[in-house]
Amino acid sequence: MSCWQTIQDYALRSVGYGERLLPRDDFTLCQQFTLIGSGMIWNVYFGVLALIAGFFFATALALGKGSRNVWLRKPAEWFIFLFRGSPLFVQFFFGYFLFLSLKQHYAFFEPFTAAWLGALVVLFLNTAAYSGEIFYGALRSIPKGDVESADAYGFSGWPRFKKIVWPTMLRLAWPAYTNEAIFLFHATALVFFSGFPAWQQRGDALYYANYFADKTFNPFVPYPILAMYFIILTLIVVSIFGLINARLNKHLPQEVKRKIKLRMNLIR
Amino acid sequence: MFSYCTDPSTLSGLTWLSCYLTTGKHMAFYLSFGTVLLLLAITAPTALLFGYFGATAARSQIAPLRWIGKTCIAIVRGVPDIAFFLFFVIALDQAIEWTRHKLLCPEWTEPVRQGNDFVVCAAAKMPLGTAPQWVHETYGFFLAIFTFAIVFGAFAANVLFGAMRAVPRAQMETAEAYGMTRKQAFRRIMVPQMWVYALPGLGNLWMVLIKATPLLFLLGVEDIVYWAREMGGSKTAKFTDYPHGDWRMWYFLALLVFYLAFTRVSEIFLERTMKRLTKGQATTGGEAQRKVAA
Repeated sequence: MSCWQTIQDYALRSVGYGERLLPRDDFTLCQQFTLIGSGMIWNVYFGVLALIAGFFFATALALGKGSRNVWLRKPAEWFIFLFRGSPLFVQFFFGYFLFLSLKQHYAFFEPFTAAWLGALVVLFLNTAAYSGEIFYGALRSIPKGDVESADAYGFSGWPRFKKIVWPTMLRLAWPAYTNEAIFLFHATALVFFSGFPAWQQRGDALYYANYFADKTFNPFVPYPILAMYFIILTLIVVSIFGLINARLNKHLPQEVKRKIKLRMNLIR
Repeated sequence: MFSYCTDPSTLSGLTWLSCYLTTGKHMAFYLSFGTVLLLLAITAPTALLFGYFGATAARSQIAPLRWIGKTCIAIVRGVPDIAFFLFFVIALDQAIEWTRHKLLCPEWTEPVRQGNDFVVCAAAKMPLGTAPQWVHETYGFFLAIFTFAIVFGAFAANVLFGAMRAVPRAQMETAEAYGMTRKQAFRRIMVPQMWVYALPGLGNLWMVLIKATPLLFLLGVEDIVYWAREMGGSKTAKFTDYPHGDWRMWYFLALLVFYLAFTRVSEIFLERTMKRLTKGQATTGGEAQRKVAA
């Protein structure tokens, strides 16, 4: 079987198109590359959606934590503490079993027990908490002069937030937020190793890498392939976030621009 | 455990719960919390030690040593960690068995890798096939610890490397002016001072390490996640004296609370340590403490 044929059979295997059976013996390099790459679709799906949705919730959380109103501040603080203080792995398990018991009473929760929605919700809440803390820190380090100038120009309320506070907050938070995005993409590898089952062997990249490592008893091929894919993904994330960073810092003189410093790859 | 627990089917309410929570299996569950703590207690110092050597290697004057140190840090940080955990346990196991195979069975001519199989002679098996069950479990546990220590050692190396560079240059120059050798200056000036710069990073790492402990489950150790899944599952009266529905949610809620409490306590403790370490340092924090005291 030619490599092109393999790609046609397995490139979309993780989302349910193409060949039904996974290869069972005589594994070729091509099969490993294709299937693990196919699994990356899920990693990108989880990462991108959780990141986008989490961004807005994180902004709300940061504002809530910085608020003077106790009824806004305390819930935000507790939410952030809950998700930052416990392992994502346990959160996945807890979320899965929670949805499972909810399903028995309310049919509405049926789709939540599948990874595509349930794990996405957990990841979304988790990244919102971590980014919320980052944004909160940035919110507190906005230069006093900026806000005072805004006041002097007659800005207040929503326009002040939209035009002054929010852009500055993003600018200050962006390097840390880039790291958070990288963590998030790496964290997506946990999904199919926690409670969420892989339906019809449609899993993410690590699921397939683990499949090959189990079958061939040779970890030295699939895991480096997986690492390669993740490094490429990380580089893409870094360059996209770098472009946004350049845009956020456009008005600043060249030497003041903050370089994004990468601290990759810590587990949560 | 209690005397009234002899016939669980007659019990109800709190008494039932008190009996249920003290069964032998639950004791194993509580013991597995000890496994987690043991892992932390062994891994943290080992990782710190690895990190210390990694950082000193990365700033060594001998070029090859420096390269090795820097590549190690870069590789471990660049690869997704959970993949690292899954990879390393098999890789380590195979490396050990391969080495023993080469040493113990030199007359063996067949290749170790035959297609999809990894074949070593019986004497090279680790642990030996005849060894009792607990040896296998302990071996697995230590393999897991070693993996954790390597991965977190690389993170720690990175933190310490940064901290060594953060020690003010003037301090080192003064040491040189006093005629200390490079080694002396490193040991007497840099190492005592670097901790204050390293602590935020190391503290962070400690939190991450705590939150990484459930991954032990993936390495095949019977840890708290394993037991929570095992015991939460619904049980019928056929197999146990304490039948119940699917309680896994509550077991994982308990784990969640355990981790929350653990990280919270660590946070408070780290804050205190930071305060103590800042004392008398040439930093803004140290200066602020001095002003309050004066």
